[in-house]
Amino acid sequence: MNTDVYKESPVVHQPAFIDGHSVEIPILKVLKQDGNVYDGAELPEIDQELATKIYKTLAFHRVLDERMVASQRQGRLSFYMTALGEEAASVGGAAGLKPQDMIMAQYREQGALMYRGFSLENFMNQMFSNEKDLGKGRQMPIHYGSRELNYMTISSPLATQIPQATGYAYGQKLQGLDAVTICYFGEGAASEGDFHAGLNMAAVHNAPVIFFCRNNGYAISTPSDEQYAGNGIASRGVGYGIKTIRIDGNDILAVLKATQDARTYALAENKPVLIEAMSYRLGAHSTSDDPSGYRTREEEAKWQAHDPILRMKNWMLVNNWWDEEQETSLFDKLREEILAAVKVAEIIDKPPVEDLITDVYDEPPTLLKAQLEELKVHIKKYPEAYPFTAGRIK
Amino acid sequence: MAQMNLLHAINNALEIAMTENERAVCFGEDVGHFGGVFRATSGLQEKFGKSRCFNTPLVEQGVIGFANGLAAQGSVPIAEIQFADYIFPAFDQIVNESAKFRYRSGNEFDVGNLTIRTPYGGGIAGGLYHSQSPEAYFAHTPGLKVVVPRNPYQAKGLLLASIRDNNPVIFFEPKRLYRASVGEVPTEDYQLPLGKAEVVTQGSDITLLAWGAQMEIIEKAAEMASADGISCEVIDLRTILPWDIETVANSVTKTGRLLVSQEAPLTAGFASEIAATIQKECFLHLESPIARVCGMDTPYPLSLEKEYVADHLKVYEAIKQSINY
Repeated sequence: MNTDVYKESPVVHQPAFIDGHSVEIPILKVLKQDGNVYDGAELPEIDQELATKIYKTLAFHRVLDERMVASQRQGRLSFYMTALGEEAASVGGAAGLKPQDMIMAQYREQGALMYRGFSLENFMNQMFSNEKDLGKGRQMPIHYGSRELNYMTISSPLATQIPQATGYAYGQKLQGLDAVTICYFGEGAASEGDFHAGLNMAAVHNAPVIFFCRNNGYAISTPSDEQYAGNGIASRGVGYGIKTIRIDGNDILAVLKATQDARTYALAENKPVLIEAMSYRLGAHSTSDDPSGYRTREEEAKWQAHDPILRMKNWMLVNNWWDEEQETSLFDKLREEILAAVKVAEIIDKPPVEDLITDVYDEPPTLLKAQLEELKVHIKKYPEAYPFTAGRIK
Repeated sequence: MAQMNLLHAINNALEIAMTENERAVCFGEDVGHFGGVFRATSGLQEKFGKSRCFNTPLVEQGVIGFANGLAAQGSVPIAEIQFADYIFPAFDQIVNESAKFRYRSGNEFDVGNLTIRTPYGGGIAGGLYHSQSPEAYFAHTPGLKVVVPRNPYQAKGLLLASIRDNNPVIFFEPKRLYRASVGEVPTEDYQLPLGKAEVVTQGSDITLLAWGAQMEIIEKAAEMASADGISCEVIDLRTILPWDIETVANSVTKTGRLLVSQEAPLTAGFASEIAATIQKECFLHLESPIARVCGMDTPYPLSLEKEYVADHLKVYEAIKQSINY
C-alpha cells in the first residue's frame, strides 16, 4: 500500500475544508484572432507545408458540413452533425499525432479523419449508407471508421470509447509500439460513468492515452453550467493524478502544441494526459436539433467572432503562406467536388441482403443462416415491398 | 491426467493460454497477487508478471471497457467479473460495445479476442447478490457467445476454446462446483467445441436438458426416475448462445418429451426460448407439454433458498408428470 500521500500531507488541528475551485487552471493561448502570435508564446513544431495541410483540411471540413446540412434539408440525407466552430480541436489534434496513433472519437471529430486522408468518396458512401460504405451501411451518417487510417468506428453510446481507449493504449504499451491513443469526448459525456472508469484506469495502469475533451458549452440543449459545478473537466484530471492542460480550443496552434507535447510525454512516460479544449458548438447538436429554443443569437454571435478557421487563415496571411486568391479557388473547388460526390454516392445501391447477417459473428451461426433464407423467400413473395433488395436475390 | 477441481481446471487453462500467447492478459478485481477471491488466477502474476496479470480498480464497466479496447488492439484480454451479480455496471460495454463491435464497423474492427469469466449461480447461501444466473440477458444479444461448463474437464476444454474463439465470449463458471466438483482432467492442452451440446446419458422416454451446475440436479433426478423404470436422455447444452438446436431436436424427436431446467427464474429465462424452438421443430413428435423446472420469479432468497431452487425432487416430479400426461 502506498501511504506516502498521507505522510506528505501537512497536519492541521482545526478543520480545513479545501474549496472545490481552489485549484487554479490556466488556459493556453498562442494565436490571437487577428492572426498574430501572443508575445512570448511557445509555438508548436509547424512549417508552411504542415500549416497548409491543416488549413486545407479545415476548409474541407467547413464546406463538407455546409453542403451536407444543405443535402439533409433537401431531403437527400437522413441526418448530419456539423462541428461548426470547433474544427480546430479535431484537425489540430490529429495533426499533432503520428499516423500509427489510434484515434477513438465521439462523433464530432470528423476533422481528425479528414486530416488522416479519408477520401471524399468514403465520407459520402458512409453518409448514404450504400454498398460501398466501409461500415456496410449499418450505422447512421457520421459514424465513420477506418482500420487503414487507425480511426476507430464511431459508436453512438456516449463515453464508451473512454475506457476502451485506455485498454487500447495499454495494449500498445505492452507491445512496445511507437504509438499512443487519443480519445475524444465532450464535456457532457464526461458525466458518464465510463469517463471516470477510463481516466482512473489509465492513471492506475499507466496507459499512454491522450484524453481530449472538447468543452463546447452544450450537450444538446444542456449548457455546461447544468452539467457540472466544478472547475471544468480539467480539475478531474488533477483528481485522478493525470497530467492535465486547459487550452483555447479555437486556437489551432495551442491545440497543436498541446497535442504534440502530450504525445511526447505519454509515450516517454507511459502515462495518460488530459487536454480540455474550451470551445463553442456554433451549430446545432445535429440536423434534428434547433438551438433557438435554448440559447440567444447574441451568445452565438459572440462566439462567431472566435472562429478558429478564420483565425488560422489570418495567421497564414500574416506569414504570407496564403492569399485571398488561393482562398477563393480552394472553397469553390471544394463546393464543386462535394456536390458532385453527393450525386454519385446517393444513387449507389444499398448493401445486398446477405450483409444483414455477416459480421454478427466471424461466421453466421446455423439459426441465423436459416433466418436469412426465410427472409429471402418472403422478399421474393412481396418484391414490391422491398425494392432495394428484391431484384438482387438469387 | 490429474485430479482437479473446477478452479484448478480453470487456472490450468489460463496458464496454458497465457503461455502459448504472450498477448494474453488476465485482469479484474483482486485478480493479481491474491489470485482472485476464488483463487482462479492463483500464481499467474508470479509466472507472467504484473503487466499481464493484475488488479483493476473496482469498476466493472471500466474492466470491460478496458478489455474491449485491448481486444480491438489485438491483445487477448481475459477479464474477470468477480460475481455475475455484479456484471450489470458493464452491461452497456458488453451489449452495446463487445457484441456490436464487428457488425457496426463492417468488420473493420472486432473484439473477437475477448473472454469474460464470471462465477454465477446459487447454492452457497449467497442471497440476492451472490447467487444469480444472468445468462438469459446476454443470450438476447446477437454477437455474444455464452458458455457454461458443468465440471472440471468441461471447464478446461471449453475455456480454452472460448479464449481462442474469434468472438466475444461470456464464460459463466458454476461457483457452487468450484471446489465441490473434482474429476480427471488431462494436463495437456485440449479444446471442447463451442455451440455443441453433449448427450451425457442416452435414454428413450424423456429428454432432460440443463447447463452448468444444474446438470448435477437433473442427473440425480434421472437416477431416481430410472428406479421407476423411466429412461431419461440427459443433455448438457454447454453453449447457451448460439445454441445447438439440432442435438436437442434430434433427442426430442426420439423421446417425445422435453424437460428443461435452469437455476434462473422461470419467466423469460433461456428455458423459455428452448421450449418455443423445440415445440416448433418437434411439434408432431411431442407426447406432453415441454416442462420448465426453474427458479421462482423472485429475487434470489437466502433463508428460503432450499425451497426456492429447482432441486432434484422438483425435477423428478416434473419428469413423472410429463410421462403420465
